[in-house]
Amino acid sequence: MSEAALPELAAVPWRKPETAATLRTRARLWSLTMWAHVVPFCITAVVLFLIEPWSAPVGAIALAQAWIIPGLYAVRGANTVRPRGPRNDDAEPVAQGLLGDLLDHDARKLQRTTGLAMERGGLGVWLVAERGALLVVPGGRVCHCFCVAADGDELPPSDRIAHLLLALRTDEQGFATVANHAFAGAPWRVRRRLSPDAKPALAAAVHAARSSA
Amino acid sequence: MSRLIRMDHTGHSTLAEWTAGDQAAYDAAVTAFRRELDGGYIGVVSEGEGRATQVRELPAEADLVIMRRPIAGG
Repeated sequence: MSEAALPELAAVPWRKPETAATLRTRARLWSLTMWAHVVPFCITAVVLFLIEPWSAPVGAIALAQAWIIPGLYAVRGANTVRPRGPRNDDAEPVAQGLLGDLLDHDARKLQRTTGLAMERGGLGVWLVAERGALLVVPGGRVCHCFCVAADGDELPPSDRIAHLLLALRTDEQGFATVANHAFAGAPWRVRRRLSPDAKPALAAAVHAARSSA
Repeated sequence: MSRLIRMDHTGHSTLAEWTAGDQAAYDAAVTAFRRELDGGYIGVVSEGEGRATQVRELPAEADLVIMRRPIAGG
């Protein structure tokens, strides 16, 4: 007997299933949040300067706030795929072997250099990490960041990725529903906050998402 | 040769192996599979090409059945 839906959905009965439409809504709300932070600070800076040019330093601080606050949200998003927790180096080669068996050649090569496993799905192109995932929607203009992980700290990093990958492949919509949505924004915002190793993976996902649009 | 493996702290552990026609080995694999389900693991058959299926009973014909742990939002 097989099942299509993730059993983990039973733990979050209050959540509505994530779909392309709900993700678009999330992206719009994040855009609105960004503008709500940026516009008032920019207006403040301009108005202050027009009223009193000597207030330019205060205006500069306001503009800095307009730049920094959205950046902090993007950091939150990028942190979802940052490696953290015990490395379990002894078990990692075995786990890497199993994960490699689950991936095709290109995805395996990308995962070994970037730490992120690329997976094409119905909602877009996923990059699965140890304790989170990124989703680049078709067209490549929006990147969603999710916090999600397998139970237990003792798992080696590649096993953690394999857990998430298998759950994603079983039920993509359920996977996106179980995961905690952390951020949505332009891929360049997330890319700037990724580790240098991980940046090529996001570039590859954006390229794949543009191709699939 | 079909295999039942569990992803765990060792990377993965082989819990059982069976072949078509070896009913005793398959029965032992079913017992191991049910024990893992009772322990909270989830059975998954990877079907390649980005597809996997969750199973609640051990499919005799599957090459590889993987036991994974539940996931949760972090």
